[in-house]
Amino acid sequence: MPVCSRALSETAVPPVLGKENVMRKLFYLFCAGALVLSLAACAQPAAVTPEEPASAVEPVVTDAPAEVVIENPVIRLSTTTSVNDSGLLPYLQPVFEADTGYKLEVTSAGTGAAIEKARTGDADCLLVHSKSAEEEFINEGFEEVRVPFMTNYFVIVGPEDDPAGVKNAETAAEAFQAIADSGSKFITRGDASGTNNKEMAIWKSIDFDPAGNEWYINIGSGMGAALTAADEQLAYTLSDKATFLAHENSLSLLKEESADMLNTYSMIAVTTARYPDVNYEGSMAFIQWMTSQKALDLIDAFGLDQYGEQLFYSIR
Amino acid sequence: MDPFIQALQMLFGEDPELRQIIGVTLRMSMLSTLISSAVGIPLGVLIGSNDFRLKPWVQRIINTLMGLPPVVAGLIVFIILSRSGPLGQFKLLYSVTAMIIAQVLLITPIMTGLTTTIVSIRAPKIRETAYGIGIPRVRQMLYIIYESRSQLISTVLAGFGRAIAEVGAVQIVGGNIQHKTRVMTTAIMMQTNLGRFQFAIALGIVLLVISFSINIIINHFQTLEAA
Repeated sequence: MPVCSRALSETAVPPVLGKENVMRKLFYLFCAGALVLSLAACAQPAAVTPEEPASAVEPVVTDAPAEVVIENPVIRLSTTTSVNDSGLLPYLQPVFEADTGYKLEVTSAGTGAAIEKARTGDADCLLVHSKSAEEEFINEGFEEVRVPFMTNYFVIVGPEDDPAGVKNAETAAEAFQAIADSGSKFITRGDASGTNNKEMAIWKSIDFDPAGNEWYINIGSGMGAALTAADEQLAYTLSDKATFLAHENSLSLLKEESADMLNTYSMIAVTTARYPDVNYEGSMAFIQWMTSQKALDLIDAFGLDQYGEQLFYSIR
Repeated sequence: MDPFIQALQMLFGEDPELRQIIGVTLRMSMLSTLISSAVGIPLGVLIGSNDFRLKPWVQRIINTLMGLPPVVAGLIVFIILSRSGPLGQFKLLYSVTAMIIAQVLLITPIMTGLTTTIVSIRAPKIRETAYGIGIPRVRQMLYIIYESRSQLISTVLAGFGRAIAEVGAVQIVGGNIQHKTRVMTTAIMMQTNLGRFQFAIALGIVLLVISFSINIIINHFQTLEAA
């Protein structure tokens, strides 16, 4: 009996054609395919690393004074979330890259973190809007220079019914006082960003410390999150105009264009004194281009089509 | 400052804000785990120990929900609780309650799925015996749970681990509000975004130590039970 059964199994379907075997092979094929696909995706050429010796590129330049041989075409620009969220950089970037042949790599964070990237060598150029933080950075002794190039105003936004009467205030300081007096909810970013620093400066100007009050809500996040929270909680907050317009919410713009809400944007190139490997030429090319007539005209025109008003004002 | 030293100082220090953050974290995680277990385990036992026509489909749905991306869960809860959403009038958004809701949504399928697996091994035998003796259904279920308690404790721990590690969903529905909904994970993310990496690492170490300690304590009870 055992001999028969053994013989039977030996005459069974050859292993290669068995159904189980086909399924198994298909499964392995599928796994192999998935692996190959994922490896291919990872192998996509990432941004050129600064150390890679690129062949000399002769860019087509319209604004720059002379033809330039670019050694390192990648400029790592560290900027703030409000600049990025406003849409200004995606608007300017293609023009800059076409004009100069450089490639801009933009990262955004709150002002504090954005500037920190320059300190840790993770950025070549800064585009921020917090004079005190910028001056602190420059005073660290690496001969960096601050180049202010555009301004705009912060705005105070809040619920449509405006319980604190912010609309009637003459200045931001007055508006903040009204908010504090009425105990109306106020959202603060609490993240040492340019916007947050401006907000704290306004509180300071009326000699009032809002911390600890129940109506003062600290979210430790970016401008978008602050606007969402203000919308949900029917609260006031300080915002830059561009982000406010670009953000979907049902808040009302209650106060704008007050002198104490002026916001100045500057560029700072990180010097090779700080980090020898930093792309100083690239940063200077960027700054030069951004302060050219062409760029400043573009900046002034930004937002006119979409929102019917100017969002940034160039400094000439 | 060395993050390890900073972490030690945090753990044994008296910083009131940090203690509050840890408090909110533990409260949220424990409540989420409790509710998810209370719903998920009995459900898992029911599914695991019974055979019914739609069983394979129910299991497929649960397995899919187990893989629900946390940010999606957070987004869904946000939309529902938002001022302009169906449950907006309860003003639950940006509260610990909202965070617990999102976590329960995430963890209950996991508890159910894991329990189903655990139970389907033991259940048939127990049901046979119980059926023979004539024990009522509910008692049967309780007995199954009791028999599998060691593995179920591991499952609950897994759920807790998920809860305490969650960051995306709780950031969306909680808003990381200081003194209110800021938990360890959202605090770490915030400090990282602010560029304060050392501080973030120290917070991370604190979180790991807390999580590790709870695991050790529960495992200890498990081994006591087994002995």
